[in-house]
Amino acid sequence: MTAVRTLVVWCPDWPVLAATKAAGLAPDVPAAVLANNRVVASSALARAEGIRRGDRKRGAQSRCPDLAVFEEDPARDARMFEPVAAAVERLATGIEVVRPGIVALPVRGPARYYGSEEAVAERLIDQVATECDLECQIGVADGLFAATLAARRGLVVPVSGSAAFLAPLTVAELSPPGGPDRADFVDLLRRLGLRTLGAYAALSERDVASRFGADAVATHRLARGLEERPPARRRTPPDLSVTHSPDPPLDRVDAAAFAGRALAEQLHEKLAARGLACTRLGVHASTDNGEELGRVWRCAEPLTPAGIADRVRWQLDGWLRAAPGTRPSAGITRLWLEPVEVVDATALQLGLWHGGSEDPGTGAERASRALVRVQGLLGPDGVVTGVLGGGRGPSDRVRLVPWGEERLPGADPDAPWPGRLPAPSPATVPAVPVAAEVLDASAAPVGVSGRQRLTGVPAAVSVAGGAPRPVLAWAGPWAAAETWWEPAGARRRARLQVLLDGVEQTALLLVREDRAWAVEGVYD
Amino acid sequence: MSGSATASLAALNGVSAANELVQAPLGKALPVLDGLAGLLPWGGLRRGSTVVVRGSTTLLLALLAAATNEGSWAAVVGMPDLGLLAAHELGVVVHRLALVPRPGSELVAVTAALLDGLDLVAVAKQPPAAEARRLSARARNRGSVLIPVGGWPGADLELDGSGGGWTGLSNGHGRLRERELVVRSRGRGAAARGSQVRLTLPGGRAIDLPTDKPRLRQVVP
Repeated sequence: MTAVRTLVVWCPDWPVLAATKAAGLAPDVPAAVLANNRVVASSALARAEGIRRGDRKRGAQSRCPDLAVFEEDPARDARMFEPVAAAVERLATGIEVVRPGIVALPVRGPARYYGSEEAVAERLIDQVATECDLECQIGVADGLFAATLAARRGLVVPVSGSAAFLAPLTVAELSPPGGPDRADFVDLLRRLGLRTLGAYAALSERDVASRFGADAVATHRLARGLEERPPARRRTPPDLSVTHSPDPPLDRVDAAAFAGRALAEQLHEKLAARGLACTRLGVHASTDNGEELGRVWRCAEPLTPAGIADRVRWQLDGWLRAAPGTRPSAGITRLWLEPVEVVDATALQLGLWHGGSEDPGTGAERASRALVRVQGLLGPDGVVTGVLGGGRGPSDRVRLVPWGEERLPGADPDAPWPGRLPAPSPATVPAVPVAAEVLDASAAPVGVSGRQRLTGVPAAVSVAGGAPRPVLAWAGPWAAAETWWEPAGARRRARLQVLLDGVEQTALLLVREDRAWAVEGVYD
Repeated sequence: MSGSATASLAALNGVSAANELVQAPLGKALPVLDGLAGLLPWGGLRRGSTVVVRGSTTLLLALLAAATNEGSWAAVVGMPDLGLLAAHELGVVVHRLALVPRPGSELVAVTAALLDGLDLVAVAKQPPAAEARRLSARARNRGSVLIPVGGWPGADLELDGSGGGWTGLSNGHGRLRERELVVRSRGRGAAARGSQVRLTLPGGRAIDLPTDKPRLRQVVP
């Protein structure tokens, strides 16, 4: 796994900064934070007075009499850091607070938006300085560990230069202040003569694992400039759903649509207040008789207020007008909308005139509304579109995607597919396989040998147990041994094209798998 | 006298001469592949019409090809076995072709909803006659083309695909390459005369046969 290009915003001496800010102290007072009577963090001014990590309180105060001392308080550090994280998040998405004082974010998106990684760094420094009145340092590198070290030096490490950047640094960097405590392990490495990360990285991973255990493997990965784990995206708060309890209960579609519209506006306002837009919407209802209905709507694009209202109306329409057996037995007494997946609202750029992604008059917009309406009747999987991808057989190359979901091919279409059938393809591809029987001139079944040869000459074919029809012409078998290197996914198939006589000629594509023929396609 | 009366009538809003009605305005018809244009009395699929396709799935796909290329959206209802790869090879823009494989009991509602928003709606299942007429009326009202597969009461045009001599396949070698498809059309109004076309698919190269020469058997080997 290659490491993600990461940008780290680092506020130096964060525990001290947080403590002085919380106490309302001027920044020119030397300060230190202590835990168990030992200094764990000190300001630059205090360090200039000779105060070091691990000093006793009495010793520190004797060296610097006007030193302000604070007790360690992780909760305070985190609380004070939230505005900084928010300030960073206003410029870039997907941020991760590594620990109070350090924010990491994948830099690819912002770098593309602002032009370069340096430009992002500059903007972030300005942003944090103006919004939070703080100084921060920025580092960019492949992987969080290298980026954090780069931030301490204020560097932008070139792409895939993390290993080279780390190599000359000392192994003590594996146990940073405030980070995981690996002092013993660093000491051990030193005594083994491994003084730099480069020397440590030069060991083979197997040796490290067998001698020093799992944590050492993680540090070894770090020393090689790899990712310990990918950054996790910030999760959305859960309290975004909106609820409406109609009285009297809703049992008519027009009334339900009216309620749905108001609810949609409410949800949109709630989301907009947090700068979010919805891409997956859960519409739920419960009835007087305790029935619970629910369906999640997925959308490729964030929903506009009208989009939310439309989906709620369609969904209620679908429920209230369902066939008598499946219709709710009483009116709807509670209706709630829940945004299942949200994105940053900047992704929702409303058009100037219509508030939609396309003009309402265009075919795509009209078609989309109609298809979504059908999804309301049949469920999200009721409407599909096909995506063509790679594969050998006619059904392997098509992936059906529910309407509104991202259209990704099932397999890479540009990869080589030996044994792929040439055009034309069969116009009918049975979704459920139809059994077939291939017979030779003496009515004995024809199979395929282990060397992918037919065991006889096809003379007749019967489909689904019907009467055998004489074969006019045939070709094949075309062998396809798929993923033979993976026992679980391996498939051995042979395909045969036959032209059958009759009132009208029928051309079939037959496939043999597991010693049985089946109709894979009909050229009709 | 009669000439001037026609002229003054034609000047009225909404009144047009009979000979203008025969040649449908281009904007009213959806394009089809060159080979099929001769079959359709309007040179394409007239908006609001109901055109039955019978006998060949390839013919259905070929009908959709040109229109989806021009930006129209199409849907196929009730055909879970449709080969989309073949559709792509015939020139259908697959991402503008929506499939509703299993409409179940909602067949009429689904088709009606699709007729509201899509230009071409193919339906492979036949609802009761009254509902079928209602759907045809809806298509007429919305300016979409309803393409029932199989049969339909009161269709404007019926296209029958038959024949199917294949070339390219021999005993043990070769592969299926091309087929011939004879398409006969029969319908109401301007289409009552009927016509037929011999297509070579894929490719849609058409060899137009005048309907007066009835030796169809010679065409199909």
